[in-house]
Amino acid sequence: MPDVRALARAFRENTPAGDSADFLRKRFDAGLAWVHYPEGLGGLGAARSQQAIVEEELAGTPSNDPRRIGIGLGMAAPTILRHGTDAQKQRFLRPLWTGEELWCQLFSEPGAGSDLAGLATRAVRDGDGWRITGQKVWTSMAHHARWAILLARTDPELPKHRGLTYFVCDMTAPGVDVRPLRQLTGEAEFNEVFLTDVFLPDDLRLGAVGEGWAVARTTLMNERVSIGGGATPRGGGLIGVLTDLWKTDPGVRSAAAQDEMMRLWVAAEAARLTGERVRQQLAAGEPGPEGSAVKLAFAELAQKITGLELELRGADGLRHDDWTMRRGELVDFEGRSPTYRWLRAKGTSIEGGTSEILRNIIAERVLGLPAEPRTDTTVPWRELPR
Amino acid sequence: MNLLYSADEESLRDSLRALLRSRSWSPDDGFDPDVWRLLTAELGVTGLIIPEKLGGAGATLREAALVMEELGRFLAPVPYLGCAVMATVALRVTGDTQILTRIADGSACAALAVPFAGPLPPVSVVDGALTGRVQSVADAMVADTLLVPASDGGLWEVAADGPGVVRVPVVSLDVTRPLVDLTFDGAPGRPIGPADRAVAAAFTAGSALLASEQLGVAEWCLDTTVDYAKTRLQFGRPIGSFQAVKHRLADVWVSVTQSRAVARYAAGAVSGPDDDLGGTEQRLAAALAQSHCGPAAVRAAEECVQLHGGIGFTWEHPAHLYLKRAKTTSIALGTAPAHRHALATLLTLDAAALTEPS
Repeated sequence: MPDVRALARAFRENTPAGDSADFLRKRFDAGLAWVHYPEGLGGLGAARSQQAIVEEELAGTPSNDPRRIGIGLGMAAPTILRHGTDAQKQRFLRPLWTGEELWCQLFSEPGAGSDLAGLATRAVRDGDGWRITGQKVWTSMAHHARWAILLARTDPELPKHRGLTYFVCDMTAPGVDVRPLRQLTGEAEFNEVFLTDVFLPDDLRLGAVGEGWAVARTTLMNERVSIGGGATPRGGGLIGVLTDLWKTDPGVRSAAAQDEMMRLWVAAEAARLTGERVRQQLAAGEPGPEGSAVKLAFAELAQKITGLELELRGADGLRHDDWTMRRGELVDFEGRSPTYRWLRAKGTSIEGGTSEILRNIIAERVLGLPAEPRTDTTVPWRELPR
Repeated sequence: MNLLYSADEESLRDSLRALLRSRSWSPDDGFDPDVWRLLTAELGVTGLIIPEKLGGAGATLREAALVMEELGRFLAPVPYLGCAVMATVALRVTGDTQILTRIADGSACAALAVPFAGPLPPVSVVDGALTGRVQSVADAMVADTLLVPASDGGLWEVAADGPGVVRVPVVSLDVTRPLVDLTFDGAPGRPIGPADRAVAAAFTAGSALLASEQLGVAEWCLDTTVDYAKTRLQFGRPIGSFQAVKHRLADVWVSVTQSRAVARYAAGAVSGPDDDLGGTEQRLAAALAQSHCGPAAVRAAEECVQLHGGIGFTWEHPAHLYLKRAKTTSIALGTAPAHRHALATLLTLDAAALTEPS
């Protein structure tokens, strides 16, 4: 096993931190990007838990905003690593990790939300490549992204899960049209992406033709892990915003509100410890299904905490800061106004799998309960009511 | 803090399950002396947290928490919490060696003479003997030694079947952990140390470890209900295939998953030296554990009854025993609202304290 700490220490001593992009490229080449990835692909083939040592040793050196590169890091990278060709891994992983190429996700469609496998975007063979036509929605970062992970239908005559193929979409290709989509917060954090006869060479296909659903499951499982959030200290995050208000504004305090706040504090701490336990399981090489519990709990908590905050503020909770349409690219629960927080939190139980779908997944995959009887999985996709 | 189970803990769990599975008891018994004897003689777990030099295993409260988890899962009618956890911690804090040595070898069983729902004013000391009443005490019917907090500030050792002591069994909501009303009328005893620190430490350790029992109870309820939902057919399909049922079970799974993390944290937090049991972090972990794991167990038991439908409402099905245990433990050692208030105080969030002029 490599001595990760020694390698990180030596790297830090020998690498000038002048140019940020250059530093990150060198860090990738030294295998200190994600140590559990293979050598030559930014890693050392070490245990995932060793990454913490690298972060500790390289604290204060140039780094990327995880929110900007999150989709690439959390979803595209693990999918490429697992299902990509050697050439694809060599081409995509380095600039993905350094943040020189941003990624977005072209999965959801107006007609395919929870029922993602029912999507209608078509990919049709054209010589040594594919022509893509369709409409995607809820695409964060699409207006900045160089690449997208794309799920499209290659065979409408097969049942819906079997006719899908997974691609990497070139966001600069002709026919890709990105338009802002305004949400109930007033901002356009997401986009609609219209794909009209977009040509993608076959070497941008990820996995075999017709295997798109299996590849997408790798992406989706990693999305839920990343949406569940990283480590926060006790009392941090949204519950910290609430308790700070409580401590500083005597006007919001009452005995009844205190018990309600403490219920949420307990729920937040229980969810935080559960996340911590999930990370320990991962580090010990025993990944479990508990990540779904973290995502589900986080969504509900964000809504309850921000709702209570508005109530505590009373009359002040009736005022919003600004409805001007703008490009709100990075979700910022703590830095923005209380009404923004409350509104934005409504999305937490919808994005990355609705809470209802997550409950189905927990019930069927974790608890082993029987699936609902379904009529849509055996007939050709073309024949389904849409 | 490590929130996982160690290999040693998993092996202890296997031994406990093997022992508990091989036994059957009537819930009306309230106490199974054979199981208690086997826990002492075969597994040595009643002396788990007693120092090795006194004949115990010298383990920490983390390992004892695992025992609590399994005893909760099987609803084993033994006074483990009262004797092997709370009384033992109180005795460790007072520095007693005599009684601990006897608990470790199985010749004694001690109980704190304190109401299960929480401490009340102590028993009076009159002419060097104890006089007073303590109601709804857990694990005291089978104890031979009572540890009584007295008005002189001392913790007294009193023989449970000695002169001046009357024990009247209570018809308890939870028949698997029977309560008893104690009356002391000039009962002779021996002060073994100051009561305050000992009782507070016992309640902190007890609250932290009760969470593991609640976890075991909740896990049984979830597992049993999931099994039932897979096999019970209505409208031509297993009831577990209906979303109205599976979503409720998914929510129980989430709260049980959280209980596991919280209970492990609490057990770890109280596993340091006894002197630390009065510390802020230890009390916070215990209050957090009871704020979360108590209500989580109640919910799991309530869903167990509800999703079993008619059979879950019968005396014949064990669901009611878990329901009664869950509700009882959610009140024992302080209710969830009381623990939430304690948390607010520990986190300096209590409104009354914040608004006081400094």
